[in-house]
Amino acid sequence: MGISLDKENCTGCGSCESACPFGLITIIDDKASIKVEGCNLCGACQDACPTEAIKIEKAMATVTPGNDYHGVWVFAEQRNGEIKTVGCELLSKGRELADTLKTELCAVCIGHNVKGIEQLTACGADKVYLIDDPAFSNQSEDPYVAELVRLIKLYKPEIVLAGATPFGRSFFPRVAAILKTGLTADCTGLDIDTEKNLLRQTRPTFGGNVMATIICPSRRPQMSTVRPRVFKKKLMPVPPAGKIIKVDFDKAVLTSRTKLLNFVADLTEKVKLEDADIIVSGGRGLGKPENFQLIRELAAALGAAVGSSRPCVDEGWIPYSHQVGQTGKTVCPKLYIAVGISGAVQHMAGMQTSDCIIAINDDPEAPIFQIATYGIVGDLFKIVPLITEQLKNG
Amino acid sequence: MNIVVCLKQVPGTTEVKIDPNTNTLIRQGIKAIVNPFDSYALEEGVRLKEKFGGKVTVISMGPPQAADMLKEAISVGADEAILLSDMAFAGSDTLATAATLGKAAEKIKTYDLIICGRQTIDGDTGQVGPELAENLGIPFIAYVSKIEEIANGKMRVQRAVEDGYETIESPLPAVITVAKEINVPRMPSLRGLSKSRSAQIPVWTANDIAADKATIGQAGSGTWVVKVFYPQRIQHAEMIKGEPPVQAKTLVEKLREAKII
Ligand SMILES: Cc1cc2nc3c(=O)[nH]c(=O)nc-3n(C[C@H](O)[C@H](O)[C@H](O)COP(=O)(O)OP(=O)(O)OC[C@H]3O[C@@H](n4cnc5c(N)ncnc54)[C@H](O)[C@@H]3O)c2cc1C
Ligand SMILES: Nc1ncnc2c1ncn2[C@@H]1O[C@H](COP(=O)(O)O)[C@@H](O)[C@H]1O
Repeated sequence: MGISLDKENCTGCGSCESACPFGLITIIDDKASIKVEGCNLCGACQDACPTEAIKIEKAMATVTPGNDYHGVWVFAEQRNGEIKTVGCELLSKGRELADTLKTELCAVCIGHNVKGIEQLTACGADKVYLIDDPAFSNQSEDPYVAELVRLIKLYKPEIVLAGATPFGRSFFPRVAAILKTGLTADCTGLDIDTEKNLLRQTRPTFGGNVMATIICPSRRPQMSTVRPRVFKKKLMPVPPAGKIIKVDFDKAVLTSRTKLLNFVADLTEKVKLEDADIIVSGGRGLGKPENFQLIRELAAALGAAVGSSRPCVDEGWIPYSHQVGQTGKTVCPKLYIAVGISGAVQHMAGMQTSDCIIAINDDPEAPIFQIATYGIVGDLFKIVPLITEQLKNG
Repeated sequence: MNIVVCLKQVPGTTEVKIDPNTNTLIRQGIKAIVNPFDSYALEEGVRLKEKFGGKVTVISMGPPQAADMLKEAISVGADEAILLSDMAFAGSDTLATAATLGKAAEKIKTYDLIICGRQTIDGDTGQVGPELAENLGIPFIAYVSKIEEIANGKMRVQRAVEDGYETIESPLPAVITVAKEINVPRMPSLRGLSKSRSAQIPVWTANDIAADKATIGQAGSGTWVVKVFYPQRIQHAEMIKGEPPVQAKTLVEKLREAKII
């Protein structure tokens, strides 16, 4: 098991060195030297090697998943009785997966007095498993974990998806750990390998520089989280008849070890960057905090939210809640306008999946232009006010 | 109060650039750093120790080079650091990583709190913390931004959620992941530096933590990477030329035509 090098066959050509996405291979004395720790056996070097000197042996699946796992499930998260849009987005994707697998699509909704359950069937769910109880009026995780685990054990779905919301990212891994199955975070692509009937999960890694395709061959269910706005919500032209099934449960499991003592709504933080359709972001090119006013005015004209690159946050020009990027928020608006932002990988990791990207920068070589849909090379102090004016006049 | 902090060494991606010609990573100058989020976890552990007494033990699963990072942890106040390093851990996904860290925690035995970063910048999943909690069968709270109180075997913490702040109480031991707002990590002190220079970092193997081979490394992983590729950045921006007023006008027209606004 693992990765090995046949020194006889290795010509030291270096193809593997440049193929390794994680920089674990160096050529020493005309032979490849592979650091094994950190290697996830992805096979890029094996594919690149012209002399088949690299061998990768994966452990054989120790357990063959039984054929008794069927159906695609979506955990439809609610907060305060409102279903989150990401659940609908996942159902639209789940519909495709279920159709390819010729199986059923189910939504699971756990909450109390949840409004608008019909939208789950409208987005393609054949069945909705609904658990409704006052114990689920807040999001204390323990009961959610227990109930979802119980339902999965009972109905054995082959795939379970959840939104990569703060709640999803916290409670879903616990479900996976109890079921001892694989979980792939923040997938940007999901499809079915029709030969093996496996879910292929694609996600960015290494700060968005590298994409990895991941499978879960020997355990069930196959689980993934997906960030909001990655998939599109589509209403079915003819929605399935869609049964809503109220699930009974054992009240005894509903105790939570952690207790929510208090909740204070944050009224100051109005920036709903993740939900915004349009975001205008400012970077270090603005020069000083007062100049964020230009960004705010453009944002106001567009009805947009205001984002920022990290240096502006570090300098205290704008609060952290506005930061977009690897260590800030991930956004996927219809329109992202980057003003005076160079396009460092860490920034792009948080916004590169936006539908339309506009870059305004005085440096024609700025990397942001590589991912932009429209680029304007020029002085932001001249251009931005003109755009704002143009919008107001139109 | 005994605290375990989970640290991971990650490639510092500051200098990572894609070579536009070969579409591969230019790797010169990438050095390994402490996962930035984990520095907050370590700082919080050290602060709690300073307040309540006890000891901070840092654990990391990784290659032998990660020992340097663990020495750094000692220079900022960790009492002990253990490196989990073994070929048998290679190919671990979050499930197997959490299993390995869990076995190490069981061997350490006396812990009241385990602190993880909210996510790594390479794996970037944030799954190891919650999976670790479940492996140990203890409560879990994510994104903690403040520890308000610890008393009588319980802690009270604050955390930011989408629309506000929650105050949560939990019995100990527990696992938490911390958000950036929780503190400002300190620089190493002179005393710390001299302590770290002479520090020995014990290495624990799979046998040392009595790990079941089926739960660690690639065999213990649910997920397998089958392919790695570079995202295609083929889309070249349509450059809007002209004097600023023309540029502004053209842009707005294009956006309106495309019904983006
Ligand atoms: C671990 C780690 C995590 C990070 N996480 C993040 C993150 O989450 N988000 C993030 O944004 N960054 C992050 N960074 C920082 C990142 O590497 C970059 O430093 C940062 O994104 C650069 O911000 P910027 O583009 O605003 O500044 P700069 O790179 O300084 O770019 C400013 C741009 O403005 C242009 N400009 C200047 N004047 C004008 C003008 N008058 N008109 C037009 N254009 C002008 C310049 O040409 C330049 O391209 C992280 C870094 C590290 C190491
Ligand atoms: N190999 C590791 N060794 C020690 N701690 C780790 C390791 N991998 C992850 N962690 C911890 O788990 C957190 C979340 O990691 P991840 O799930 O990879 O995003 C990190 O911030 C660390 O605190």
